[in-house]
Amino acid sequence: MSAESYPEMSFEARMGTVDFRIHERPHITLDDRKCVDCSVRGCITACPANLFVPTADGGILFNYEQCFECGTCYMVCNEEGAITWTYPDGGHGVVFHRS
Amino acid sequence: MPDVDVIVVGAGPAGAAAALEAARAGRSVVLIERGPFPGSKNMYGGVVYGRILDDLVPQWWEQMPIQRWVTRRQTMILTDDQALTVDYRTENWGRPPYNGATTFRPDFDAWFAERAVDAGANLINSTTVTGLLRDGNRVVGVRTDRPDGDLTAHVVIACDGVNSFLAKEAGLYHHDGAENYTLGVKETIALPRDVIDERFNVRGDHGVDIEMLGASPDVPGGGFLYTNAESLAVGLVLSLPALAASGLRPEERIAQLKAHPAIAPLVEGGEVKEYSAHVIPEAGFDMMPELIADGLLVAGDAAAMCLAAGIWLEGVNFAIGSGAAAGRAAAVAVRHGDTSATGLEGYRARLESSFVLADHRKLRDAPHLVMSDLAQQRLPALACGVVEQLFTVGNPVPKPGLRRIVRGEMKRNGVKLRDAAAQGWRALRTFG
Repeated sequence: MSAESYPEMSFEARMGTVDFRIHERPHITLDDRKCVDCSVRGCITACPANLFVPTADGGILFNYEQCFECGTCYMVCNEEGAITWTYPDGGHGVVFHRS
Repeated sequence: MPDVDVIVVGAGPAGAAAALEAARAGRSVVLIERGPFPGSKNMYGGVVYGRILDDLVPQWWEQMPIQRWVTRRQTMILTDDQALTVDYRTENWGRPPYNGATTFRPDFDAWFAERAVDAGANLINSTTVTGLLRDGNRVVGVRTDRPDGDLTAHVVIACDGVNSFLAKEAGLYHHDGAENYTLGVKETIALPRDVIDERFNVRGDHGVDIEMLGASPDVPGGGFLYTNAESLAVGLVLSLPALAASGLRPEERIAQLKAHPAIAPLVEGGEVKEYSAHVIPEAGFDMMPELIADGLLVAGDAAAMCLAAGIWLEGVNFAIGSGAAAGRAAAVAVRHGDTSATGLEGYRARLESSFVLADHRKLRDAPHLVMSDLAQQRLPALACGVVEQLFTVGNPVPKPGLRRIVRGEMKRNGVKLRDAAAQGWRALRTFG
């Protein structure tokens, strides 16, 4: 199986297919000082929305806006207290399509 | 006196069923949904098995918003360049009372929650429950993000989904490590109706459910492909810790699956209409939280009631079954004036005497079997290898016997007879 043989959309276009009603309050926050010592950094691979991006100084840049609210990041997180996770305020966040 | 008899948190299938049954029993019910409408946060493969609705919504098949009735079901075993498919079709699943249907969760959940509203439940959308209100150990209500948003009740039913912060806050979860969860990722791919009919060999409102083993070789899980009316749902279910450690992202894995020679011709030319993701409680019976506390019941994904048992992949029906049981038990407890954990024990009895806990108890080993290295890595290669050799005509060499082929393939794939026998015996005990 090779990914190259299938013409893939950009990640930006992929996330462009999803509707979000973004609230000004970040419902998830990341204290990435704790990420520097993390040997796993599973969030970078596993977050389906690719919201965790490694930075040159060994930290991780995070943006809450296009979040599926799935819970993957805090579940795979190896560092106690790095991720603070809540649901967005009522009526906000991801809204999946009706048919 | 509390504000209402029963608060149900989350208007997914479990919450809507709980609210429907409590309201039908004459209790005052508030059903709280954090999305702008029920189903707006919800995603699955997916198929709904509707028979659980027989008691709740008479003639449900005449009104449920479906995409297609599943009349053709395939199990595919994949390696990089091979596919072994078991294909079953029956017209019986295409007429009442039907079997499975593909449906969009924002359609289905909104429709089903409306049945609870018809029964008298008060649905409040766009409201996030932020925590439990307690009097000592007893749950007496919920805090919401509305101004003056505290609401009190005799019973709170937590149907707040796989992350269930309410069940966790109440200390009911003891097995919520990442190893018990999978990530489901999916693309909804638009294709014209006649193209789908032709590619999948179905007509009218009939459709196909394809489940795959070996769809993401290095991460335990499975693949799926379902037909909607004018789109396909293609995706993967991936073990969380293995995915996190793998270095290959979920959408890259979907791309690989879509490029597989057995899948590519089915999806080609389609445009991705929506990408989506959700976490699944995968480990079944062995990960379930305590279900009852003083003033609190837990149902649906919040209680890990999704059934991920390999050949059976069900969740919405378990959510509805558990939610309905919770709603009925809560109504009885309120009527008897005892909503302590003891007064709410009827919930467990109802679950035990129904498919919800009977199936989960019987199949408690299934998730471990299906996610095992033998099932995930070796079985697909072994099965495809055997079939390939069986049907490869290698003249002038005479046909080898089946026993020799199997023995050779087992050796090639590092499967010891003893392990296969032990695993086979376990599978027989579980599924038999």
